Formats: sequence, structure tokens, C-alpha cells
Amino acid sequence: MDKKTVEKVARLSSIEMSDAELDKMAPQLTNIIGFIEQLSEVDTDGVEPLANVVDIELKLRKDEITDGACADKVLANAPEETQGFFVVPKIVEQED
Amino acid sequence: MSDLTNLTIKDALKGLENKDFTSVELTEAHIKAGEAAKDLKCYITETPDQAIEMAKASDAKRAKGDAGLLEGIPLAIKDLFCTNGVQTTAASHILEGFKPQYESTVTANLFAQGSVMLGKANLDEFAMGSSNTTSYFGNVINPWKGADGKDLTPGGSSGGSASAVAARIAMGATGTDTGGSIRQPAAFCGVTGMKPTYGRCSRFGTVAFASSLDQAGTFARTVEDNAIMLRAMAGHDAKDSTSANREVPDFAAAMGGDLKGKKIGIPKEYRVDGMPAEIEKIWEQGIEWMKDAGAEIVDVSLPHTKYALPTYYIIAPAEASSNLARYDGVRYGYRADENILSDMYKKTRAEGFGDEVKRRIMIGTYVLSAGYYDAYYIKAQKVRRLILNDFLAAYEKCDVLLTPTAPSAAFAIGENEDDPIKMYLNDVFTVPASLAGVPGMSVPAGLDANGLPLGLQIIGRPWDEEMVFKVGGALEEAANFTALPHTLAKKAA
Repeated sequence: MDKKTVEKVARLSSIEMSDAELDKMAPQLTNIIGFIEQLSEVDTDGVEPLANVVDIELKLRKDEITDGACADKVLANAPEETQGFFVVPKIVEQED
Repeated sequence: MSDLTNLTIKDALKGLENKDFTSVELTEAHIKAGEAAKDLKCYITETPDQAIEMAKASDAKRAKGDAGLLEGIPLAIKDLFCTNGVQTTAASHILEGFKPQYESTVTANLFAQGSVMLGKANLDEFAMGSSNTTSYFGNVINPWKGADGKDLTPGGSSGGSASAVAARIAMGATGTDTGGSIRQPAAFCGVTGMKPTYGRCSRFGTVAFASSLDQAGTFARTVEDNAIMLRAMAGHDAKDSTSANREVPDFAAAMGGDLKGKKIGIPKEYRVDGMPAEIEKIWEQGIEWMKDAGAEIVDVSLPHTKYALPTYYIIAPAEASSNLARYDGVRYGYRADENILSDMYKKTRAEGFGDEVKRRIMIGTYVLSAGYYDAYYIKAQKVRRLILNDFLAAYEKCDVLLTPTAPSAAFAIGENEDDPIKMYLNDVFTVPASLAGVPGMSVPAGLDANGLPLGLQIIGRPWDEEMVFKVGGALEEAANFTALPHTLAKKAA
């Protein structure tokens, strides 16, 4: 993985990275990718992918309201909130 | 170490029943022991006041003749389980200060059965690590010391849980195991740790790492104590669609008796290159003990064993990258100070996550990204099926497998840090069972030349924890592991 690829992956992961961090990360990720590439030698023709080991049929439940009316609990850990809303930095640009 | 902190859970339950002591006394003894062992950094958050309140309530409940399965027993709770109103961090800066407004099902079950929470146990950040060194709150220290008196890692990720139980500051502890995070630290700290079948315990309210692998389990100083604890915390939960709707057996009742008619499988692929002679020796010793208990030894093959680690290091990071996308600085946890929303996300995650977590998110993002999804992720899911099929084929010939738990004893803090893959190799014997979702337990089996504990692992059929406990009990009896960690042996002398 070259530095450019690592930069792209960092962007897709929404993690800010300095140049120095990208330089440090590139060889580490390259090593790990090299390690996992061993799998290419396994013959998996006709093998069904296994997403989950538990053979549980997902049950349908009644579509009914089982909780709610707890906005204060939902907001209790918010870094910033006001009047029942989460607050984030402004995303609509201001017109001059 | 007082008499009360050296009791097994089973004996403590008897003592409480006989009114030899109260839960408040038992809890106070463990709080005191914890204060004297603060340098081990087993806890991220201690909850002594709450513990005393819970113990008082438990004593009252018992007096009314209403005792639960773990009535009055003080436990450490891995800080990955959400606890109502008590800071839950996953050992990450990004969740520092987070106070869940709900209770995880595992802790709710334990509390309903009368357990007392001593505190939230330290771990690797988001349970990603094998040495506890990735915790934002400082690494846990193993109560066992190296030959030169050096501090050793307790293993990971449930290092605080394992260390607390070994140091006699908690009678038992919860853990979670995604690739070995219960079994490896149990082996490193000389205690018993059990990862049940995937789906046995609810994942509701457990901070998610890799959802198809994460499974809650137990730490205690005896096999039977693990059985008692697991019964109290397991069970179906409508809030987790992958939790199994099966009756929870009385695991402890399955223990006892010899192993006549039982078949113990020895997988040849676990004889890995460069395995230390001492690990080989303890494994051979374990095989002899099984024979002495009447079991038949069967050679089995798990041909895809060598592909388990690379498979794990695709699937676990892929699921982690998806699960950890929720940490964006908006609804809970840490937020970086930035005026533009997208910059706020990026900076929050850059400052909130540690290096190992970032590495795994990025690996996961990469293997899931356009053009690589089939080559890595789908390929890994296919190999995962082959690994599961290996186990199912082996269980046609045997009842359980016996293997070493880890390829070494506890190592020094800071060792293996230079190369992530070297650290990953710690889990070479535990990851295959995680991928297959089958139950596995580590039982302390002996000491190496430096006086450090070594564990043996028993891996069972899906949903047959009872057999794992039965064989584990026989192994425990034969091994008769009574050695004390150095920090306690010193005090006793």
C-alpha cells in the first residue's frame, strides 16, 4: 500500500492523518495486507460464504412501539444539545 | 489477602448461606484488597459506594429467602459492558465520560442474580489487543512477575478482568472474547476463563467490536465458579437477534466423574513451527492427565488452521470499521473542536482513537472498499466456512479438543509492540474456535521455568459447554494448580 492509497483509506475512514502518520502507517498496513493475502492460496470454489455461525432464523416481531418519550436520556451524553436536538457545527453556508 | 478474598465463589455462596459473613463484609474485603493493588491498574472506574449499596440490598434479599444464583458475590465488570449511569469507556478516549442510560443484558442478568459490581475492568481499547497496552487509561499489570521482577502483561483484551481475579481483588469477572480475549489473558494470569458458544450470551449493551465474533464470557479461579457465573449471565434476549433461544443448562451439574468413554481430540496442526518446548511439554502433560482420567485420545486434523489468523484479520477489522463508524462526536463521547462538520468528524476520530484501533478501522475499510470486497471479505467468509467445517468434521471423531491456549507465557510490557503481526500471533490457538463460534475454556495447567502460569484450552462442540466444563473440571483436578501470583506470595510470606 503506497502513501496515496493509505491517504484515501484514511479519508474513507474519516480519520485525519498528518504526513508523518501516513508515512508510518503505510508499511504497517502493507505488512498486514501481505499477511492476509495468504488466503489467495486456499481453494474456495463452490464454498458458500459464512456470514454468521449461528443458524437462527430471524424472527419477525409485531410492529409496535415499545419505548420512547426519553429524549433526555438519548441526549444525556451529547457533547452539545439544545431544546431536544443534537447540535453540530454549521453545515449550511451563510450568504453574505 | 484475607480469608474472604481467597474463597471460591462456590464456597462464598455457602458462607453467605450459612451466615458466616455478609455480602457487605465480602464486598468490603475485596474493595480493600483492590485499594492495596491499585498499581495493577485493573480498573478504569472503581465503584465502591455502589458496591456497598448493592451488597446491602443483596444481604436484605437473602434475608428474605430470595437468593439468586450469585447472591452477594462481588465481581469485576469488563468496561465494554454498558452499565446504567456508570462511565463505560471501552478503554477509549473517544468514550471517556460516556454514561450509558441503559444496562447491558449480561450485567442486568448478573445483577438480577444478586452479583455486586466492584468496578469497570480495564481492557485493550475497544477490545483490540492481546497485551492490554492499547488501553487509553494505561496498561494493566499482571500480578505474576518475570524472573527479573519485571512487569508483565496480563494478556488481552480482558486483561483487567483476568488480573483482578488472579490478584484476589474480585471473585470473578466478565470478559468478552472476539479472537481469544478471555482465554489468552486467563492463561497469562493463571486463572480459568470461558468463552461460551457464540449466541449463548446476549450482545445487547456490549460495546461492539466484531459482531459476528464477539461473545461474552467469564473469569474465575475454578472451573466450577465459571460454570456458576455463566449460568447466571447467559440466556436468550429478544434485544439481540443472534442470541440463541435455548435453555441455559446448569453447567456445574455436568461436572464430576471420570472421563471414561470420552474422546479427546488432539489437532495436529496446532503443533506450530517454533512452538516453545515448555508449551509442547505442558500439552503432553495434559494429554497424559486426560488418559489417566479415563479418556481416549484421538488424533484429529483441522486442515485450515493456518488460515484462521489471516481470515480473522479480514473479518474482524471489516466488522470493526463498520461498528466504529458510529463514533462521530455528535451523539456521545469525545468531540474535537472544529467549525466545519466534516473536519469535526475527522479530527474527533483522529484524536479519539488510538493507533491500533485506527489500524484496524483502516484495514477494515480497505478490505470492504470497491474492488477489494470480493477478493478479501467474501474470500475470508468462504475460508471461515471451511474452518467451521474442519471443527464439525473433527467432532465426529471426538467430544472436545485439547490444545495449548497461547504460544507463550506472559511477556514483558512493551514486547511485541514493534510489529502488529507478531502481536496477532498470540491468538494463533484461540482464533480458530472464535471463527467457528464454538465454546473454549482455558484452564491453568502448570508453571514454566520462570514460574509463570501456562494454560491449556478445551474446545467443545457448539452448545456443548457442559462437556467443556466436565473435561475442564477433570483437567483442573489433575493439574492441581495452587501457585499464587508473586504479588500475593510475597504478602503471604
